[in-house]
Amino acid sequence: MYLRGVKMAMEEDVKQALVKQFNLPEETIRIPRPRRIFMEISPEKLKEVLDFAVKELQFTILLTITGLDESDRFGIIYHLAQKSGSILNIKINISRDNPILKTITPDFSNADIYERELADLFGIKVEGLPPGNRYPLPDNWPENQYPLRKDWKQEKPEVSEKSGGDQNA
Amino acid sequence: MRKPDIFKVPIGPQHPALKEPESFSVSLSGEKILGVDIRIGYNHRGIEKACEERTYVQDVYLIERICGICSHTHATCFVQAVEEIAGLEVPKRGLYLRTLIAELERIHSHLLWLGVAGHEIGFDTLLMYTWRDREIVMDVLADLTGGRVNYGMNTIGGVRHNITPEQAQKVLTAMDKLEEQTKYYIELALGEATLAARLSGVGVLSHEDCVKLGAVGPTARASNVDRDTRRDDPYAAYGDVSFSVITDDHNDVFGRTVVRVKELMESYSIIRQLLKNLPEGPIAVKAPRKIPIGEAVSRYEAPRGEDVHYVKANGTEKPERVKVRAPTLANVQAVKKMLENRYLADLPIIIAAIDPCFSCTDRMINIREVASKNSRIMEWETLRQKGIEHYRKQGIDFSKVKITQSF
Repeated sequence: MYLRGVKMAMEEDVKQALVKQFNLPEETIRIPRPRRIFMEISPEKLKEVLDFAVKELQFTILLTITGLDESDRFGIIYHLAQKSGSILNIKINISRDNPILKTITPDFSNADIYERELADLFGIKVEGLPPGNRYPLPDNWPENQYPLRKDWKQEKPEVSEKSGGDQNA
Repeated sequence: MRKPDIFKVPIGPQHPALKEPESFSVSLSGEKILGVDIRIGYNHRGIEKACEERTYVQDVYLIERICGICSHTHATCFVQAVEEIAGLEVPKRGLYLRTLIAELERIHSHLLWLGVAGHEIGFDTLLMYTWRDREIVMDVLADLTGGRVNYGMNTIGGVRHNITPEQAQKVLTAMDKLEEQTKYYIELALGEATLAARLSGVGVLSHEDCVKLGAVGPTARASNVDRDTRRDDPYAAYGDVSFSVITDDHNDVFGRTVVRVKELMESYSIIRQLLKNLPEGPIAVKAPRKIPIGEAVSRYEAPRGEDVHYVKANGTEKPERVKVRAPTLANVQAVKKMLENRYLADLPIIIAAIDPCFSCTDRMINIREVASKNSRIMEWETLRQKGIEHYRKQGIDFSKVKITQSF
C-alpha cells in the first residue's frame, strides 16, 4: 500500500550488508515495505550489530525500545532510524525466568529512559544503567508487579466499607 | 572567600510554573542551576496495557485521548500501523482529509505554544493575541469534525467525516486570516528587540548535544537538525504536497520560536494544496474486525516532534502489543542539558520551549438538574454567550470582540 512500485534498493543493500557481515540466513531479515527492515539476532550479537548499524549503515537515531512478552520469553526490539527515513528494527529474545539485558547507554545516551521503562513494566534487569529515577511507575509501586507482563491482571483496589466506597451507589 | 552553599529546590510535581505533573529537583548555587534531577511518569495511565484488553476500534478512541493537544497525532499514528498490518489501502480522499486535520492541529498547537511562551516571559499581550487567533482554527476543527480537542476523525481504513465545498471554503478563508496574523508574529519574533533579548542564549542546546540526546521536532530543528518525518518518511498525503522543512541555527528558545512561527506558514500552504487537489471518491474502506498476524512501526510528525507507534497483531480482534513513544519523552532528556548553568528564572520558559503536552477543555457541558432529574446539553455557542453575559454583568463587554464572525 505504501508507495507501491517504489524500488527498495537501499533497503536491499542494508539487508545484504547485514547478511554478509554476520553470516545470517536471508530469511531472518524482512523488508515488508519501503523504509522498514525487521531482523532477529541472538542477544550476544546485539552490540556488534548495533555498532555496525550505526557506523557502517548510518542508522544513528534510536527511536525507542519496545518490550514484548511472548509467554516463554521476552522480546526486545531496538528501533533505529536513518536520517533518510528508513527504520531498522533489531529484535532479540531473552529468557523470561532470568531476564537480563546489557545497557546500550554508552552508545545511545537517550536509551536511558526506554531501558527504565523495560525495567518497570516488564521486570527486566538492565545491567550497567547509570543511577537515576525510575520511570514510569510511582515510587511506592509494589515490588515484583510488572504490568506489561501478560500474566499481570489489573485488580480492582479493595475499598473497605468505612472509607465510603462508591458514593453514587 | 566562603564557598557558596548549594541549595536543592524541589519544583513539582504540582507547581504553578508547570502545566502538568513532572518533578524537577534543581541544585542551585545562588540563582545558578548546577544540575537538575527530572522525575516524570506522574501521568502514566497504563494505556499500553489497556490497549491490549480492548478491540482495535476501541483503541483508536482510547489512543486519541493520550494527549489533549495532539490527539489526531496519536490516533493517526496508530491506525496507520494497523492499516499496514491489515494491508488496507486507504482511499486518497481519506488520506487528504487526515492530513488536513493534521495540519489544522499543528496550527492550533503552535499558536497555543506561542501564547504559553509569551506568558512565561511576562509578555501576556502575545498570549491574548495568539489565543484569540487560535479560536479561528479551533472553530474550523469543530466545524469539520464536531470536536475541538478529540476529533474522532480517524477510523481503521480511513476517516469518518467528509468535507463539503462550503466547509472547504470556510477553511480557506480562515487560512487567509491566520496567514495575515502570522506574518505579524514573524515580524514580531524576528524584529522585536525585547523578545529577542529575553529568548536569545536561553536554553541552549548545541547541534551535537541535540543529535546525541535524540531531541525531535521544532526543538531539534532549532538546533539545525534537518529532520522532519513528513518529508523523510512520508505518510498520509505528505508525499503529494510540497513544503519546506524549517531549520534554524540559534540553538536556543529564540530559535525554537522562529521555527514554530515559520512552520505555521508552511501549514497554511499545505492546507491550500490539499484542498485544491482534494480527490473525489470514498473516504474509507471497510476494515476487518480481526487483524491478521503481523507487526508495524508507524511514525508521524506531531506538532512537538516525531511520534512513534509499534503495533503487533496476533490474528484476533485485540492487539498483542501497542507501544507509544510520544515526542515529549524524546525531548525531556534534552531539558537537563538546556538548564545547566542557566538561571532559575529561565526554567519555566526553557521547559515550556520544548512544548510539553497538557490537557484541554471540554466543549459542552451536560447539566443535570438534581431536583427534576432532567438533563440538557449546552451547545458551544450557548456556552460562549453565557460566558460573555457573565462578564458583562461584571462590567466587561466581550460582545464587541468578533471572534465567531472572523471567518
